[in-house]
Amino acid sequence: MTAGKETPIRVLVAKPGLDGHDRGAKVIARALRDAGMEVIYTGLRQTPEMIVNAAIQEDVQCIGLSILSGAHNAIVPRLMALLKERGADDILVVLGGTIPEQDIAFLKEQGVAAIFGPGTPLETTVEFIRANVKPRGLAA
Amino acid sequence: MSRSAEKVPEDMKSAEGAPRHPSAAEQQWVEQIPTPTLAKAPERPIGADTGVNRNPDGTARFTTISGVPVDRLYTPADLPADWDQHVDRYVGQPGQPPYTRGIHATGYRGKLWTMRQFSGFATPEETNQRYKYLLENGGNGLSVAFDLPTLMGYDSDHANSEGEVGKCGVAIDSLEDMEILFSGIDLEKTTVSMTINSPASVLWAMYLVVAEQQGADWKKISGTLQNDILKEYIAQKEYIYPPAPSMRLVIDTFEFGALFTPRFNPISISGYHIREAGATALQELAFTIYDGVEYVEWALRRGLNIDDFAPRLSFFFNSHNDFFEEIAKFRASRKIWYRLMTERFHAKQARSQLMRFHTQTAGVSLTAQQPRNNIARVAIQALAAVLGGTQSLHTDSYDEALALPTEEAARIALRTQQILAYESGVAQTVDPLGGSYFVENLTLKMEQGAFDYFDKLDAMGGMVRAIEQGFPQKELAESSYQYQRAVETKEKIIVGVNDFVVEETSPQILYIGESVRESQTAKLKRLRARRSNDDVARCLSALRRAAAQEPQATPGKISGANTMPYILDCVRVYATVGEICEALRDVYGTYEESSWT
Repeated sequence: MTAGKETPIRVLVAKPGLDGHDRGAKVIARALRDAGMEVIYTGLRQTPEMIVNAAIQEDVQCIGLSILSGAHNAIVPRLMALLKERGADDILVVLGGTIPEQDIAFLKEQGVAAIFGPGTPLETTVEFIRANVKPRGLAA
Repeated sequence: MSRSAEKVPEDMKSAEGAPRHPSAAEQQWVEQIPTPTLAKAPERPIGADTGVNRNPDGTARFTTISGVPVDRLYTPADLPADWDQHVDRYVGQPGQPPYTRGIHATGYRGKLWTMRQFSGFATPEETNQRYKYLLENGGNGLSVAFDLPTLMGYDSDHANSEGEVGKCGVAIDSLEDMEILFSGIDLEKTTVSMTINSPASVLWAMYLVVAEQQGADWKKISGTLQNDILKEYIAQKEYIYPPAPSMRLVIDTFEFGALFTPRFNPISISGYHIREAGATALQELAFTIYDGVEYVEWALRRGLNIDDFAPRLSFFFNSHNDFFEEIAKFRASRKIWYRLMTERFHAKQARSQLMRFHTQTAGVSLTAQQPRNNIARVAIQALAAVLGGTQSLHTDSYDEALALPTEEAARIALRTQQILAYESGVAQTVDPLGGSYFVENLTLKMEQGAFDYFDKLDAMGGMVRAIEQGFPQKELAESSYQYQRAVETKEKIIVGVNDFVVEETSPQILYIGESVRESQTAKLKRLRARRSNDDVARCLSALRRAAAQEPQATPGKISGANTMPYILDCVRVYATVGEICEALRDVYGTYEESSWT
């Protein structure tokens, strides 16, 4: 927590899948930035491989995924497996979007730390990331 | 307040051209009635007493959902000085220019709006069942929702389609799927709207071939293709090719439609998605209509005659929460289009000058919390659309913030329209809010605001240029952030989300698993084994050649390089959506937007 205060938390906001509805991703990117974090937004239609590469290259502590299309059960396990493969599974992964309740347990088992549904206050997401990212510079 | 409002007009019947400052009677009223009341009980904002809800002097500020200030009371002083004298020019009569009061002289008395429910999910077989259900329950038009792979021009078995097949709409891979989708539905009698953009000409070709197989006459079939690529770059982001070739494909459909399908709208110029992406009501109005201007400019450059294609340009708006602002937007839209078509493009035919539009209630306004509250929201939004004079309407289902609608939720949405049409009495009088000081004032402000945006967009060199500079995208991102900020600070209240919250359990939703991809993939495998792959390859090469040439219109004939006939050939030999779009990708390349955050 103290380390987080000195150097800004770095977050990758990512939009995987074919969907182009990016309002949520952009609003959250700006809210995290306004909360003092360093935010990189991937743009649209990123494959899990592209997202994991960007996360490692940008040395982020958190990946925020925005998925509204129902493709989460295909995308999330692939992304989590890649993070593990690359030894980057210390990165906090959070998910926002329209996720049916029956999929939540499965996604959390895969390693998603939190799922933020429609209507979640921005502050809830900001606080969660602040409280749960691993400070930088410490080995996983 | 209503008592005072009744009094005012009696005292305020000013002569033509009277100055537009409040009259002596109105001043007197302010001093005698509201001022002492305010001293005792000041007005209180709706929502937190901060930010947008406070004037610099500390008094309460009231604004629309778009942030536009709203006054306590509207009187004749809020109309232009020459209102009475030129009321025909400001609003006109129903069915007469400038069409502010609607395009039909008798409003809904001759024909109700079309109740057109947007639906599509999973396989073509399942969606076909839902369509039959909607038609049996009194829906009178269909509206196809395609899944993301179809919208992006990929077949169900493409790697990029994993996890997406049949999720947000129906999966269509080939003509075979389109045959199943409309099996048992008479396409000469049913009007069908298709929400498809980048691959619009491909899906339209499939539709036309199915109609032909049924023995339907292309000259008689009617419906609407969304086919609005500009709003994809601005808002929804489901584009494949770069803007210039995408515009060329759109103009190909205009040209083809004008010659072969005179009752089919080849485009639905859409503000819906622009609004959903965070635009204000004014931005939705201005960007949408200016998209219309851009299409007209491109069609004219092709050599088409304005009155040959303009009658079939149709529009599509969002109906959001702020009741009067929405009504003003709808009324202003018709007048603005009339002015553009006459003053800017010199269209001669009345059909070219009048704007017809579809409306959908605002999906973005639906809450996942206490979802049944959405039934009330949808009813209010639908009422605004009807009072705004929409030609057709989709009402959202209450569970759409959670998933695609269940059959029960879809039925309630349709019933909401039927209650408006058959019980409320609102369809009996044409433009019942015409002449309301408030609504007319808002309508005029919308018109003025839109033309201000048009000046800016003209100065940028048109919408394609503005998109390349990220202008509309940045405007939307800013508006959506401002709105979200107002919600976070409770300056704008969303019932059940930031106020009046309860603990609750989730309702039953429609759940679509991964089996659709498997069944579509199996169907594709059988298709590829059965069809003549030589014919497919030959038709795709012919399409590539046409796509690489520049089409030039010749009167009464289709351009030699118009892609539509070539796409029809591809479709007839069962080339897939993915294969046809891939052929066009080969020629045109793909588009990536810069990140405007």
